[in-house]
Amino acid sequence: MTGLVVVVQLLVVVALSPLLIGMMRQVRARMEGRVGPGIGQPWRDLRKLMRKQPITPDGTSVVFRTAPLVLVATCLVVAAVAPLVSTAALLDPVSDLFAVVALLTLGTVTLALAGIDTGTAFGGLGASRETTIVALVEPTLLVAIFALSVPVGSTNLGAIVGATLADPAQVLSPVSLLAAAALVVVIIAETGRLPVDNPSTHLELTMVHEAMILEYAGPDLALVELAASMRLSLFLGLLANLFLPWGIATGGDPLLIGLAVPALVVKVAALGALLAAAEVFLAKLRLFRVPELLAGSFVMGLLAVGASYFLA
Amino acid sequence: MTALHAGLGVALGAGSLTALAGLLVPRRARTTVVGAGLAITGAAALLAGIAAMTGRSASFAVPDLLPLFGLLFTVDPLAGVFLAITGGVTVAVGIYGIGYCRGPGDGQGHDHGGLDARGVQAVLPLFVLAMLAVPVAASVGTLLLCWELMALTSLLLVIAEHRRRPTVASAGRWYAVMTQLGLVAILIGLSVFAGHAVDGSFAALRAAAPTLTPAVAALVFVATGIGFGSKAGIVPLHAWLPRAHPEAPSNVSALMSAAMVNLGVYGIVRVGFDLLGDTGAAWWWLLVLGLGALSAIYGILQAAIGTNFKRLLGNSTTENMGLILIGVGAAGFFGTAGDLDLAALALAAALLHLVNHAAFKTLLFTSAGSVVQATGRRDLDELGGLNTGMPATTAAFGVGALAASALPPGAAFVSEWLLLQALIHGLPATGVAGAIVLPLAVAAVALTAGLAVATFVKAFGIGFLAKPRTPEAASATEGPASMLVGMGVAGVACVALALAPTLVLPTIGSVAGATVGAGDPVRIHGLTIELVGTLGATVGSLSPLMLTLALLIGTVLALAGARALATRRAARAARLWDCGGGPLSARMEYTATSFAEPLQRVFDDVLRAEHDVDVSHYDESRYLVQTVEYRRRVPDRIEKRLYDPVLRLVAAWGQAGRKLATGSVHRYLGYGFYTLCGLLVLLVVTR
Repeated sequence: MTGLVVVVQLLVVVALSPLLIGMMRQVRARMEGRVGPGIGQPWRDLRKLMRKQPITPDGTSVVFRTAPLVLVATCLVVAAVAPLVSTAALLDPVSDLFAVVALLTLGTVTLALAGIDTGTAFGGLGASRETTIVALVEPTLLVAIFALSVPVGSTNLGAIVGATLADPAQVLSPVSLLAAAALVVVIIAETGRLPVDNPSTHLELTMVHEAMILEYAGPDLALVELAASMRLSLFLGLLANLFLPWGIATGGDPLLIGLAVPALVVKVAALGALLAAAEVFLAKLRLFRVPELLAGSFVMGLLAVGASYFLA
Repeated sequence: MTALHAGLGVALGAGSLTALAGLLVPRRARTTVVGAGLAITGAAALLAGIAAMTGRSASFAVPDLLPLFGLLFTVDPLAGVFLAITGGVTVAVGIYGIGYCRGPGDGQGHDHGGLDARGVQAVLPLFVLAMLAVPVAASVGTLLLCWELMALTSLLLVIAEHRRRPTVASAGRWYAVMTQLGLVAILIGLSVFAGHAVDGSFAALRAAAPTLTPAVAALVFVATGIGFGSKAGIVPLHAWLPRAHPEAPSNVSALMSAAMVNLGVYGIVRVGFDLLGDTGAAWWWLLVLGLGALSAIYGILQAAIGTNFKRLLGNSTTENMGLILIGVGAAGFFGTAGDLDLAALALAAALLHLVNHAAFKTLLFTSAGSVVQATGRRDLDELGGLNTGMPATTAAFGVGALAASALPPGAAFVSEWLLLQALIHGLPATGVAGAIVLPLAVAAVALTAGLAVATFVKAFGIGFLAKPRTPEAASATEGPASMLVGMGVAGVACVALALAPTLVLPTIGSVAGATVGAGDPVRIHGLTIELVGTLGATVGSLSPLMLTLALLIGTVLALAGARALATRRAARAARLWDCGGGPLSARMEYTATSFAEPLQRVFDDVLRAEHDVDVSHYDESRYLVQTVEYRRRVPDRIEKRLYDPVLRLVAAWGQAGRKLATGSVHRYLGYGFYTLCGLLVLLVVTR
């Protein structure tokens, strides 16, 4: 029955990720006093892009052309193996927190290489900034994973989620809270949200992600945009299930999976709405202030590990 | 006659004959014969190493060859790992060297400084033989002899191109001095050890280890650690490494970086785990772990901001040796804390990373060597666009870069995953010291991994993709077929290690388990690596092959989805976005320097880059700028703080010494007279 889980997770992530982006933009629009385009707008954009003629910019190589596919593939693999609607994963040996994180980093790296491959200043600029952020995020991320895995004795995602389900009091422990705080900062940095990167900017002084993908157009751009929204919903889904796993199915029972999908959607939507609401009040940080933010979250991660040892 | 004996015999015979052939064969066929001979030597050593790892052992003694101490060799599983690595690297480098050493010569103004000269070609096999002999040496005298032979032959190879570049001589001097000081440190450590034993054989040392006082044991460990650590390029003894590696010919760089530095790790493991046995204290291993973490971060930071292609790879070697020593240190630390299973896991992770590093560093150095030979440029800022002229080399470097950046589906991902698992699971077992050290070690590994990603995105992206930045880079073409085959061998090894570590990990795991005195730390279940916990339960699992297959399926799904949904219109070529300012030139691209600028700024407190802006004005008005010149240099700060004062002191001492030598013969006779009198007085007083 784990095959069913994989299919459901893939469908849910692919179908609802653009809606999550639309919902977040809508929340933001409403809070800023605008009407907003409605939550279906990202899907309408994707449809429009898919119908456009593909474009091969001069002088780009196979790296540029395959990057969107690899990017989407990394997101699909993570969507298939992460415990989103059920802890029973088809590919249990891939469902490891380190593997999942490394897969998502692989997606970023292919996009950075594609940015450099264009040979424009914009591409190089975006790639340089993105890899800088990735390099600095990594310690925080892994230390937070360390903190999460200590009480369970494993970095297997299913095992961590299952342990939290079995002992709900863990959620309110200092380890869990500190690790959650550290992970939130990491997720903001990894998915390119405010205050680390502004997803709606096209100003060269501030863009990171948008600068890398500046040369993409048509169906390629649609894939990149879809992957970006999938990354966001995957990170939020993981965050939700690592710290608030209730509603997730523990096996492959279709009924429980049917109940787990709305639970996941509600959790991710709530987190997304919170993130969008917070972004209204935040300005983008200067790139060279980002390390300070990440250092802060790194310290929280270290404290979480310390707490897991000294308070256990 | 077992496979082990046969392999060792063939390796020794083929290596010696190859050295002889390097001297005798005429220039036209010389590199081919030597390359083929090296490949045979390497293959035989690889087979012997594999046979040794699977539990066969052998001993050879030549007691009368040298006075005072005979030669004594023992092949055990630990030695087998290093035999196999050196052998494998030699196969790839030998084949690569056939074309590389011949150089692109033929009067194109590119003559290669005579890498096909008799001396170089004869010393190369000797260097390989010395590297093969070090791990099987089984007495103090034998080890030191082989070590010195290795140091001397590698030094000769480093300075092979000294006629072409003046910087080679300086690199050679640094290497010579540091490697000899390292030898002195090892000599002191092992002599003290041997002084407490019956004789200098390793068996006698093992027997004597429990009788050592903690202070003597610590002296032995630290002294040998300094010597072996300097060979492994560990901070702060790394100063020779980023000098010698870029200046050596690329096939020699590959041998040194992928095989020779490993022997430093071998020495630490041999002395710490095997010879000194259970006498180790926790602080030894925390020292190793700490220096490993420092080296990993410092090495990769230098690589992340560096622009010299080969120097960057040399710095990355320091980083990887650091990661390996984190594993070795953690293994020792867990061992002193009593958790032998975990110690075996950490050591297995370190040894697997050693194998992976050898594979991808061979690939990276050989492909970088091809680039340098094809373009004559070694600065990343002057390369770029090589993927059109050198597609195979680009692909090879891409595979190597993926392997080196610890991302799936690369080779280093598996070993770093194992290392992280070992560190994470050590937390409950090691008390307060572990609770402080292990999270920091995880953070160090993580920061290293992150910076390695940035480094290799830079090296691959700026070096090989985008537009060529110089005419040489634009007109670069692939080298001879033998170079491509050599790279191909290393590339296949990288891919195999990435996809099927399940083939090598059980063997390496059992070697690690045997070294620390525990069982196998990992279990292979089909395509999956499973970690065995203290209760025999599975505490973690990873399947690199399944992961890669899943990625492939994902890519196919994405492609199919895009094909099904997207428009069927043919793609159109279009101009790049140039802000309406006309076609973009290569000068508008990001360079390696600009790519690394944010990182350099973030780590400015550590790196302390030196900026220099020169603005010159027109004579008529100082408001009109004529030229602006900007220079940035990132000096090695540890070197500046640690080595410069010592060098200054030595120089001052030498200057002071000159005052004694005025040129007056009477004075020199006086020195002799007073020294003699002084000695006589001393003799009288002490008798």
